[in-house]
Amino acid sequence: MDKNIEGLTYVGKPLSREDALVKVTGAAQFVHDLAFPGMLHAAMLTSPHSAARIVRIDTTRARDVAGVRAVLVGEDLDFRLGLYMRDKPILARGVVRYQGEPVAAVAAETADAADAACQRINVTYEPLSAVFDPREGVSDGACLVHENLHTYEYMEGVFLPKPHSNIAHHQKIRTGDVSQGMLDADVVAKESFYNPPVQHVPMETHAVIAQAFPDDRIEVHSSCQSPYTVRHLLSVCFEIPHQKIRVHVPYVGGGFGGKAGLHLEPLAICLSRAAGGRPVKLVASREQEFNTLPSRQGLYSTIEVGVTKDGIIKALKAQYIWDAGAYADYGVNIGRAAAYAGAGPYRVPNCWIDSYVVYTNKVFGTAYRGFGHLEVLWGIERIMEMVARRLEMDPLEFRLKNLLRQGDRTITGEPVTAGHGLPDQCLRAVAEAIGWGEPSREAKGSHRVRGKGLAVLHKAPAMPTFTSCSAIIKLDEDGAADILVSGVDYGQGTYTALRQIAAEELKIPVEKVHVTWECDTAFSPYDWQTVASRFAYMGGNAVIEAAQDCLRQIKSVAATALDTTPERIVCQGGRAFVSGQPDRAVKYEQLALGYTFENGNSIGGPVIGHGRYIAEGLTHLDLETGQGLPALFWTYGAHAVELEVDSETGDVEILKVVTALDAGKVLNPKTCRGQVVGGVVQGLGSALWEEFIFDEKGRLLNRSFVDYKIPTAKDIPRAIEPIFIETPEPGGPYGARGIAEHPMISVPSAVGNALRDALGIDFRELPLTAERIHRAIGARKEAR
Amino acid sequence: MTHAISLTVNGQREAATVPGGMSLLELLRERLYLTGAKEGCGEGECGACTVLLDGKPVTACLVLAAEADGCEVRTIEGEAVDGKLSELQQAFVDAGAVQCGFCIPGMIMSARGLLLRNPNPTDEEIVEAVAGNLCRCTGYEAIIAAVRQVATAKDHDNG
Repeated sequence: MDKNIEGLTYVGKPLSREDALVKVTGAAQFVHDLAFPGMLHAAMLTSPHSAARIVRIDTTRARDVAGVRAVLVGEDLDFRLGLYMRDKPILARGVVRYQGEPVAAVAAETADAADAACQRINVTYEPLSAVFDPREGVSDGACLVHENLHTYEYMEGVFLPKPHSNIAHHQKIRTGDVSQGMLDADVVAKESFYNPPVQHVPMETHAVIAQAFPDDRIEVHSSCQSPYTVRHLLSVCFEIPHQKIRVHVPYVGGGFGGKAGLHLEPLAICLSRAAGGRPVKLVASREQEFNTLPSRQGLYSTIEVGVTKDGIIKALKAQYIWDAGAYADYGVNIGRAAAYAGAGPYRVPNCWIDSYVVYTNKVFGTAYRGFGHLEVLWGIERIMEMVARRLEMDPLEFRLKNLLRQGDRTITGEPVTAGHGLPDQCLRAVAEAIGWGEPSREAKGSHRVRGKGLAVLHKAPAMPTFTSCSAIIKLDEDGAADILVSGVDYGQGTYTALRQIAAEELKIPVEKVHVTWECDTAFSPYDWQTVASRFAYMGGNAVIEAAQDCLRQIKSVAATALDTTPERIVCQGGRAFVSGQPDRAVKYEQLALGYTFENGNSIGGPVIGHGRYIAEGLTHLDLETGQGLPALFWTYGAHAVELEVDSETGDVEILKVVTALDAGKVLNPKTCRGQVVGGVVQGLGSALWEEFIFDEKGRLLNRSFVDYKIPTAKDIPRAIEPIFIETPEPGGPYGARGIAEHPMISVPSAVGNALRDALGIDFRELPLTAERIHRAIGARKEAR
Repeated sequence: MTHAISLTVNGQREAATVPGGMSLLELLRERLYLTGAKEGCGEGECGACTVLLDGKPVTACLVLAAEADGCEVRTIEGEAVDGKLSELQQAFVDAGAVQCGFCIPGMIMSARGLLLRNPNPTDEEIVEAVAGNLCRCTGYEAIIAAVRQVATAKDHDNG
């Protein structure tokens, strides 16, 4: 959007969040807190096996429990779900594919009765052979997680499942001549890396209340990220018109991607149907959040990179094998998006990437903040470090030589323009702030050593080419403005940014702008999904257009009221006046519902503005070459980390993290800082502690907060310093780009590179636990 | 087995007959409709259900309702007085310490517990006090800053 960004009143200012007030008083109601008259409580029975045939399910004893109103098993529910790949049943049918998969469910008058009934369901299983390692799963002859993959519906032209295999999607990137590129290189390095599956860990687990009505209507209250996608997928699943489905989304207690798409909603609806239309509440326990609901996919990377002795990248070849787990309904798109970003923000003239999304018999993966990018950039930014050091070149200098700049093309053939932003500025900024090139201060204690590391990052929204959204602004009797949108603010702060944008555009005090908090598909206008750091960008543009629509209506009526033309009307401070004659004015409150002349004659009507935005000009990627335009915009960034490691215990203390992002325009420095600090700490979780641990039978062992540790207040760095570069994005609202996921991406890479600096050891597997570091130090001592 | 109990919640006298297995969290949320305290895990590991029991922070999911007989309970709903935010709540708003907000009621009650026993804590004491409250959004920095802002004020409204 071509906007004058000088002299802004609200955009760019550190406004506090409007929702903070109801949240600090405990008044904000989440789905967890809601209850309706006649509401039943549901519970799920999950599979103890990772792969088994369901021989028989006996629910007789469950139905005998007092208060039980419905019992369902998979055979009752002939539906298949999926956003991109329709591969997921509501309850396991015929076979179970992961330990933790729901097999049966009960709705009862109380949660205790539902739990008790679940325990009395008797399931006879016949264990089947299973596949847990996607590197085995990808090979011919591996046992198949989905025997009927060839019959599944999926988004054709975008995804490429391989029939009669475990490959749900194979994304290819082919550009240049990678063999020749390697021959032209002076140094070729090839390394393998690993990212384990991890969990999103929203503090509010998935929760839904659903009610099915006799006329096929369905009403759902869900802790979801995307009300309209929930509605659409329910419509497809149950073959009922969209109009009959109403999705409400109140306050949501964190999402991070894990609440995108569809989750517990269909099961709660089926239970309500089976219970005669009573509302049914289904809340995941924390164990189910870990073990039943989806996680982040694991990744095995093998990356080969060829560089000249001057440090110029000639070729990059990578194989990414994603551990999708039992279902890839959403996960196929991670394999796609991470591939088109799979060479990092570098100029790579010859590139060959194979990205395979592979089914295994483990809890399945879905979108998680950064959507595959943290994972591939772990390998990319580690191997770039290793190559630079082999060339005896400063890793900063090596990166600066190769970073994308104006005139280059990405590996999908997209031209890099001035509007793309400046990764080199981000990198230089963090390097300067961390004191790159200056030695760290001596650590206290003889066995404690310090190190510094750098890493760059990039990400574009991973979404369909037709992604759209809209906004409505209604003027109130007092000249205030209400914004209706269907993107969800589950913590990011987007609604605050939208308020600022609307106040700026409408020329009214920000205190008079309110975003209606509960999204309701019956009233709130369409938005695809709240994912991929695209809501402030797309929603911001829709709000600008809606505000301009309001202003057109205001000016039209004001012109008649003031006996002039709309072109001569100026809007300022909640008033519309004739240009150059500020006293010839009407207030917005006189126009909001229509203007009334002194004699009683009235004109106009309620001012209601409508705005919309659609991603234009994107293309599907060619299935054979991966060439095309997948990115609405790119956000570039870099981190610098300084850490101290105990060379005896392997214990790491993060001293400082500096994060620079080319935000285009910071809409609100307070909420942007919050995103960076929160994202960096979440990234440190992935870097240092978090991983799913499975036993040899594919059973998840660490499915509670006792065994799965996320960062606490004790674990944060001594300092986190966000830096924002502002190279305007031509299509963004006031030049802004999305920045919500990016603070997390490449944090593990920067930590790994800092550990290399401190210890001289190259780590290839995450997380960088004290144990892993300790073992690596021990192994090196032995090798000497 | 049920118990007849009486307790004070946010200054109001309450009487209830509760099953032996009912937690204080269930009593607060399901009987008294005080839903500010959240259940994040049900195992005392996340701190989202933190309330003050006779002035001390507890995870209400691990306290039996019957154990609260005769006690004074304070929840997030008792933090603002006469519709006015406490200084601690206001500091959370101003510092940008709130994102999704699910952990915030428990976080504020842990901080309140600290300020009641130690009106001017150090940073280390603040971190220690909220280390049992998990937050996945904020990275804690602004939360610590909010508590620090109150803790360093000479006279704060340590109600």
